[in-house]
Amino acid sequence: MAEALLLARGLCKSFGALRASDNIDFDLLEGETHAVIGPNGAGKTTFIWQLSGDLHPDAGTIRFAGEDVTSLRAPARARRGFARSFQITSIYREFTALDNVALAVQARAGHSFRFWRKAREEAVLRDPALRVLEEVGLGARAGVLAANLAHGEQRQLEVAMALATGPRLLLLDEPVAGMGSDESQRMVEFLSRLKGRQSIILVEHDMDAVFSLADRISVLVYGRIIATGTPQEIRANADVRRAYLGEDVQ
Amino acid sequence: MNLQLVLEQILNGLQLGVMLFLMAAGLTLVFGIMNLVNLAHGSLYMVGAYLATTFYRWTGSFVLGSLLALPATLIVGVIVEVVALRTLYERDHLDQVLATFGLILFFNELIAIIWGRVGLFTNLPQWLSGSLDFGGGFSYPLYRLLIVMLGVAVALLLWYVVARTRIGMLVRAGASNRMMVAALGVNIRLLYTLLFGFGAALAGLAGAMAAPIYAVQPGMGEQILIQVFVVIVIGGIGSIRGAFAGGIIVGAVDTLGRAFLKPALATLISPTAAQAAGPALASILIYLLMALILALRPEGLFPARGH
Amino acid sequence: MRSRARNLVLLAMLALLVLVPPAAALLHQLFYVDLLRRVMIFGIAAVSLDLILGYGGMVSFGHAAYLGVGAYAVTVLAYYGIHDGLLQWTVAIGGSMLLALAIGAVSIRTSGIYFIMITLAFTQMLYYLGISLDVFGGDNGMRLPERSQFFGLINLNNGTEFYYLVLSILAAVVLLVQRLVESRFGMAIRAAKSNEARSRAIGFSPYPYKLAAFVISGGICGLAGALLVNHTAYLTPDFMQWTRSGEILFMVILGGVGTTAGPVLGAFTLLVLEDVLSGWTEHWQIILGPLLVLAVLFAKRGLAGLLPGGRGG
Repeated sequence: MAEALLLARGLCKSFGALRASDNIDFDLLEGETHAVIGPNGAGKTTFIWQLSGDLHPDAGTIRFAGEDVTSLRAPARARRGFARSFQITSIYREFTALDNVALAVQARAGHSFRFWRKAREEAVLRDPALRVLEEVGLGARAGVLAANLAHGEQRQLEVAMALATGPRLLLLDEPVAGMGSDESQRMVEFLSRLKGRQSIILVEHDMDAVFSLADRISVLVYGRIIATGTPQEIRANADVRRAYLGEDVQ
Repeated sequence: MNLQLVLEQILNGLQLGVMLFLMAAGLTLVFGIMNLVNLAHGSLYMVGAYLATTFYRWTGSFVLGSLLALPATLIVGVIVEVVALRTLYERDHLDQVLATFGLILFFNELIAIIWGRVGLFTNLPQWLSGSLDFGGGFSYPLYRLLIVMLGVAVALLLWYVVARTRIGMLVRAGASNRMMVAALGVNIRLLYTLLFGFGAALAGLAGAMAAPIYAVQPGMGEQILIQVFVVIVIGGIGSIRGAFAGGIIVGAVDTLGRAFLKPALATLISPTAAQAAGPALASILIYLLMALILALRPEGLFPARGH
Repeated sequence: MRSRARNLVLLAMLALLVLVPPAAALLHQLFYVDLLRRVMIFGIAAVSLDLILGYGGMVSFGHAAYLGVGAYAVTVLAYYGIHDGLLQWTVAIGGSMLLALAIGAVSIRTSGIYFIMITLAFTQMLYYLGISLDVFGGDNGMRLPERSQFFGLINLNNGTEFYYLVLSILAAVVLLVQRLVESRFGMAIRAAKSNEARSRAIGFSPYPYKLAAFVISGGICGLAGALLVNHTAYLTPDFMQWTRSGEILFMVILGGVGTTAGPVLGAFTLLVLEDVLSGWTEHWQIILGPLLVLAVLFAKRGLAGLLPGGRGG
């Protein structure tokens, strides 16, 4: 079998006496949607930041598409095809939705040491951006200032920006966080359309979303992955039920 | 170049260093805990120097004059905080920089109006103006020694208060979590005002100590303020330890550089070139050091945790 | 609509500036040509600062340094008998860019208060360097031996010709900066200012772009310095006083950060204010100081925010 798209081995990260990541092994296959769940304080954010390149692990390696990227920082990983959405909405509030996505396109279009042409008039940036916006359902809101979008629309914009970079891997950090049930459903439907076409790591608390989207689930507790498997396997796993799902799942 | 000269310059460096420390401690406390950049810190130093000199003239006693200057500067600091600075806590650093810059202009002119632009001259009292004899022909001015000792004493006192007392704990807690401290029932406003006043008193102390040996004139605060910035960048912001280490390093490098760089250069290059380059290089030495620290360790030597 | 209003305002400002010399001549008040020329020179400096401040989010308290480098470049070359304006001004711009590169390289990795303190410290460093250079007058400075020569094309000794040259340069600089901030490069630094974490996540490394903006800004300010010393005909290390950095910063803020017209409006306001106040009393700073404080506290959007077409970004 071909090497997994993303391979993390032995990730360790400590903050003082706290072992936030304790020897984590994790892999993502091409085209799969692999969810990471766990109680608050389990170290999900620390784990995600090491994958995205925002935090350097104390030990362990991360291989992406056959290349060792452990020492690469976030911008370098992004340029290799990592895309992420943030748990707390992180967009360019003073720019329009279209500007936001166009910037994501621009970031992947080589260097930006171009000083003369107006970026907003470059079709090579605007057209793909508009296409992605339409794909996530924000086409009609392209000209709206990001700060004026509804919360759910801003989360959609986050995903749009991630997609606009033409990624090989999507790191989605709680994409439906703070959304009402209608909005969540729409987002989940959209994400399910992405399944298979994209390789997705999904960090989520919303169990409905997780169980309907994930091909595999890894459970993170106190910095260690205590179980990895299909949704059915995880549901049935006694350790997991004890540690996390408890009475929530019948 | 003899041993006595070297010893003398080392002590001078220490003396400048502790004064820089006093200034840096006040500035870094205010910034670290209240997140306030106060460019007018130098103005408080200037106020301290002017008040100490004036009180000395009025009372005839140097010690009394200097002692009176401390609470007086503290009061000035409190007034400034209440009138002008309260609204700045919520603002971003640029706004704070600009507003306190405006305060500098105000204070410099106020001092010039009250005391004139020429500056004040102070003589040390007889009993302080002698030198201490260390034997072997080496003697050093008593007053400067006292400054060093006083500075070290304040450093120890500060360390003790911040690290070991409940007030210190509040102060450190306030630095990392304002809401929590407020929720505990502590009056944040009062705490901030007192803290700022304390920082002002430290600056005033430095100014009072400086009055007899440095030029007391409008604008004296800004000259030392920039050096204090260098101290903070080198030592690390938000930490008393950093302020002390940075202060001593900057004081030593600046003093020794000015004294020995020219003769040292003269051994390497021609005396005439050294004559021109020496003083120029000595005057920018601490900035080059700052650039070096920035390149190698941007967070400073002893940054406070969490910064 | 908004940008049409803005363009109208800019054209109106340009028209007014163009009309100053003939109007001044009519009123026998040639002093105004001098004043407005000074305003425009500082306007150029303010525009350069606004590039990195308003669009890049970098608060530099050190732009006086580049004014100084530009001024010293011209004067030092003139001192050694080189009066060719093109050469002098190229050295002024180039030298400033080099200095900006050096300072920026170590400073830009920091941000916020550190960046402010560091840029301030480096400016003061240059000031002390200037004072210690006795051969060029030390802290007294020296007369500019001769104004920059342009082979008879333009005579800088003619107040009006010099005025129109400065006006042209100002217009060119404003246009240049406007193009810059709308280009991919400009979008990259504006994105970094808006949300650095997001920029890194999509693949921008902010550092090279910020550094480039810093260098360009320094170069433009160096040109302002070359113009300034030609205007005053006297070189002084005071050009590099950190208080001057503060003045330029205030011009940008007063006029409106991140706007096209702002920096020039701010330069005009501050310099005219200083001029008027110093006519009233020699202690004018005691009035200006609190005024500036009040401006910061209550007038954050700046003057350009009040005009129709307001924020030009």
